[in-house]
Amino acid sequence: MRIFDPHIHMTSRTTDDYEAMYTAGVRALVEPSFWLGQPRTSPASFFDYFDALLGWEPFRAAQYGIAHHCTIALNPKEANDPRCTPVLDALPRYLVKDSVVAVGEIGYDSMTPAEDTALAAQLQMAADHGLPALVHTPHRDKLAGLHRTVDVIRESNLPTERVLLDHLNETTVKHAADSGCWLGFSIYPDTKMDEDRMVTILRTHGTEKVLVNSAADWGRSDPLKTRKVGDAMLAAGFSEDDVDQVLWRNPVAFYGLSGRLQLDIPEPEGLHEGNSILRGGE
Amino acid sequence: MTQTAPWTRKDVEARLADDMARAWLGEALAEAARAAQAPPTPPSPYTSHTWELRFAAAGRQCGQDNADAVRTLLLTQARAGLDTLTRLYRQGSAAERRAVLRALPSLVEGPHAVHLLDDALRTNDTRLVSAAVGPYAAAHLDAHAWRHAVLKCLFTGVPLDHVADLDRRARGDGELARMLTDYAAERTAAGRDIPRDLHRVLTLTGEKPQRPQEL
Ligand SMILES: [Zn+2]
Repeated sequence: MRIFDPHIHMTSRTTDDYEAMYTAGVRALVEPSFWLGQPRTSPASFFDYFDALLGWEPFRAAQYGIAHHCTIALNPKEANDPRCTPVLDALPRYLVKDSVVAVGEIGYDSMTPAEDTALAAQLQMAADHGLPALVHTPHRDKLAGLHRTVDVIRESNLPTERVLLDHLNETTVKHAADSGCWLGFSIYPDTKMDEDRMVTILRTHGTEKVLVNSAADWGRSDPLKTRKVGDAMLAAGFSEDDVDQVLWRNPVAFYGLSGRLQLDIPEPEGLHEGNSILRGGE
Repeated sequence: MTQTAPWTRKDVEARLADDMARAWLGEALAEAARAAQAPPTPPSPYTSHTWELRFAAAGRQCGQDNADAVRTLLLTQARAGLDTLTRLYRQGSAAERRAVLRALPSLVEGPHAVHLLDDALRTNDTRLVSAAVGPYAAAHLDAHAWRHAVLKCLFTGVPLDHVADLDRRARGDGELARMLTDYAAERTAAGRDIPRDLHRVLTLTGEKPQRPQEL
């Protein structure tokens, strides 16, 4: 089973996770820039974080045979802090980088005017840079948040077929699908969404334009949830081809809209004499 | 492979996959050449000259395997000065930083860009460490920093073939020999084998190991 996790925050994960993910079949991932748990107070903190997503984290991933790409944005939560909003002015120089495959994650947190401004501005940046956008739906007041999100996307210059709506569930999948956007589902170890409910959604909705992710980060989460969905799909009678479409071809098609996916990472050689292995040093 | 000599335009064109990539490179080099002629206009902190956008996009336009060569060529063509190199390094992805490091020998005379090597050698990213120990390091790193760079290569598994001018700089370096011997003793004490490269560079120093029984 080849797996592309389209939404996972590896900065918060260990090398054990990388190893387990590789063993489970993960060969590619996208790490969206997001909130780090501790609020930041200056743009420079964001820049160091973005640089890590373009430097150190892809290096770590490559050591475990996993292709790492990222999405860059000012997240909605911190868009509310005027100390952080100058990040928006600096985004263009990040959005031209080779491994940036979307603007994201953007969207709403508390649905404030500052979030309106940041969302609209960043959808425009995606359009300007030929990038798709990863738009999450809020955890609180989700259905209303989704409606407002779709309205803002429709008013933007970015076509809905270049937008991935994430963190969907049973209550939001219908409206999201009607919008023409790609559909992302984050599978958590708690009640938000689990693999069996995901299988049920796939049964009613089908596999087209559906992406499944672990959204694993510093909170309670599981980087192997993508694999668990694949296993649950097979157990429920889906074919290997269905699983491949959801766990590999759909994320490749969506992020491929950027024209920047590079999926040819060599297999890891194993640790060399206990040192970190050399990768891409030639 | 250690790339020491700068790439020529012909080399790079021959390596590109198709005419589209070659046309893209042609335009990019023309923009870089125009920038070299123009009076220097410092870009705002948030926007870039057009050839610098090409510098960032080289991987996806020319293929990751050619990105170092294309980027280095662009830097040379634009005759990037120390300020530009420093800015592109600081604002670059790891791949872009590597290209800046590789371009230093042909663009910077004197030790003014050593701060970029220092930065790269502080990382644990072997792609950066490897690019930092080229001819510019051989010419300008002071003895202390150079010895630590050699040791860092041994620690992180960067082959010492990547270290430019290894023979000349190692020769007669008793302090390096001491550091290598101590490192070997530490490995032996931990029951680990000694990297083959360590023996090689120790021989190059021409110094006798202080504790030959441990080697
Ligand atoms: Zn997330």
